[in-house]
Amino acid sequence: MPEIRLEKLIKRYGAVEVLHGIDLHMAENEFTVLVGPSGCGKSTTLRMIAGLEEVSDGEIYIDGQPVSHLEPKDRNLAMVFQDYALYPHMDVARNISFALRLQKRPKDEIETKVKEVADIVGLTDFLTRKPGALSGGQRQRVAMARALAKDSQTFLFDEPLSNLDAKLRGQMRAELAIMRQRVQKNMIYVTHDQIEAMTLADRIVVMHGGYIQQQGTPEELFKSPANKFVAGFLGSPPMNFLDAELLEEGGELFAKGSAFQVRIPEVKAKQLGRTDGKITLGIRPSDLNYDANAASQVALDLQVKVSEYVGAQSVLLCTCGDADVTVELKSETPIALGETLRFAVRPEGIHLFDRKSENAL
Amino acid sequence: MATKGINRLTPYMFMAPAAIIMGIALLYPLGYMVYGSFRDWNPSQTIGESEFVGLKNYITLFYDPAFRESLSVTLTFAFAVVFAELLLGVGLALLLDRNIRGMSILRTLFILPMMIAPVVVGLMWRYMYHPTVGTFNRFLESIGLEGVDWLGQHALMSVIIADVWQWTPFIFILSLAALQSLPRSALEAARIDGATPWQQIIHIKLPLMMPVLIVTALLRLIDAFKVLEVILVMTEGGPGLSTEIVALRISRTATEFRELGTAAAMSNYLLILLLLLTLSMFAVTKLQEARAARLARQIQEED
Ligand SMILES: Nc1ncnc2c1ncn2[C@@H]1O[C@H](COP(=O)(O)OP(=O)(O)O)[C@@H](O)[C@H]1O
Ligand SMILES: [Mg+2]
Repeated sequence: MPEIRLEKLIKRYGAVEVLHGIDLHMAENEFTVLVGPSGCGKSTTLRMIAGLEEVSDGEIYIDGQPVSHLEPKDRNLAMVFQDYALYPHMDVARNISFALRLQKRPKDEIETKVKEVADIVGLTDFLTRKPGALSGGQRQRVAMARALAKDSQTFLFDEPLSNLDAKLRGQMRAELAIMRQRVQKNMIYVTHDQIEAMTLADRIVVMHGGYIQQQGTPEELFKSPANKFVAGFLGSPPMNFLDAELLEEGGELFAKGSAFQVRIPEVKAKQLGRTDGKITLGIRPSDLNYDANAASQVALDLQVKVSEYVGAQSVLLCTCGDADVTVELKSETPIALGETLRFAVRPEGIHLFDRKSENAL
Repeated sequence: MATKGINRLTPYMFMAPAAIIMGIALLYPLGYMVYGSFRDWNPSQTIGESEFVGLKNYITLFYDPAFRESLSVTLTFAFAVVFAELLLGVGLALLLDRNIRGMSILRTLFILPMMIAPVVVGLMWRYMYHPTVGTFNRFLESIGLEGVDWLGQHALMSVIIADVWQWTPFIFILSLAALQSLPRSALEAARIDGATPWQQIIHIKLPLMMPVLIVTALLRLIDAFKVLEVILVMTEGGPGLSTEIVALRISRTATEFRELGTAAAMSNYLLILLLLLTLSMFAVTKLQEARAARLARQIQEED
């Protein structure tokens, strides 16, 4: 429920600063996902919110109250760990009820609560098992149930699905999405998997190298990434990047590379505020459509190197000049390796980044 | 066919020398001792000349107040030291399981007593316990208290203290190792679940250390039943019979009383006691393994 605010949060390990001033505001009942590559500081951020890591500088506010001096137990939160962190010597029921038993709640209340959450996560038949006798997916559920039983205001997840196999991960992701609608709580979810981030989040916070790169709804981040890193991180297969230069010709603006010259739509050209310079052109595979009859100024000519069959779609790895470009194509389209094909670029799919600063233009 | 047979025998051939030496060095004297324990045997006789007396040695011992006394001293000593060492060793491990500067030096210092030869430990403590020039009494007197008759009136307590000093480090390092291999995240989860440091110890740390602690305690117990040198040097079993542990009594029965048969029977009593302890330790580890295997099977059946 509460509103959580991070202000200029800094974390140092000895002399090494790993988080460089994180500013973040999480509204009530919001599902926030921190996403970024391994080692970017997601877990550290989450663990500071939980109180498991000391704050080196800056402050964390929960409902306006500074909490960085509080013990984890006084912050009213529950956490699901990557390795589940179950208590190996307690059976499932005792794992789930540990927090309640420490609070010395009445026995029948505890029993009711355990039954209730075990039912939510589908563990009713396993209450007397020890964690050692459970499969990965079941342990995951116990961790979830234990967090649910606590009735705390905030839920923290640190890569809860990353130890599961692909199929189970997909299933648990869907269940999480459903649970998320039933449970009105603040959730902060850490993952390195952009698909989890896109499917679960109300708001995504992309982190890289100890900095927040961008935050916003999944759609905002996907449609208008603030820089090359965010653009490349979200979306699968990832965005293609081509070195180009801005060029004005006959009143129109073009991105000209070694093997292409693509027209920049008028609306975008107006916003740009400049007409020359080195840039990086970004185009998602999904914004490239096979079209042999497209005009050359709205298309890329790609030479097919490798075709990866993934069912209805094939992923083609191609080259355009000396740059690699990935595109998607219906599998039934007859193509030969080494062939050069023309792909039309959707005008909304053109992203431009400054070559040097890598910020979006 | 033949080479296959030889191949199968190879490991046994390599083990044979060790097995033969063990047979000679361990089983032969053991058999000798068991055989001798049924005889009325005097050091001036060869074992063949001694007279067979059946279970007489065992029965006499069973009703011998001096032997019973020494058995009870041994039991008191063993259980007291193991209890105290567990308490101190585990307590210290819980205290020192953290990353503070200088902690590694402190840990090394703590395990030094264990590395000193028992005879040296005995001499050292005998000196420190000396009624007039000993460290303890001099200290007590310097702060205006009366000296304690360490190795006289309180001899058993004093040897217990010395043994605790020497062997607490053993429990300490094993507990520390157990503590440091505990799942970190489970402890973090407990902190989030609202456990105070004390509750973390009671509900998480101790239960998870228990398998290691049980085996450690049994190991120490076995060792404490066999203790000899330290007590021999400090008190020689006295005053009276107050610190005469079984091992000492055995050696006195053999040398002073010249009753080899009785001494052998006494050794066998001690051996049986140790065997029971060893078996129970074996049972504990087997039980733990069986439990782990059962859990693993349960998971497999579901998949
Ligand atoms: N205890 C520690 N001591 C020193 N450096 C650490 C420690 N924990 C994490 N780091 C460093 O902090 C950075 C961020 O780590 P982390 O938050 O775990 O990343 P992730 O985004 O993968 O969860 C990493 O570069 C890591 O090496
Ligand atoms: Mg992490």
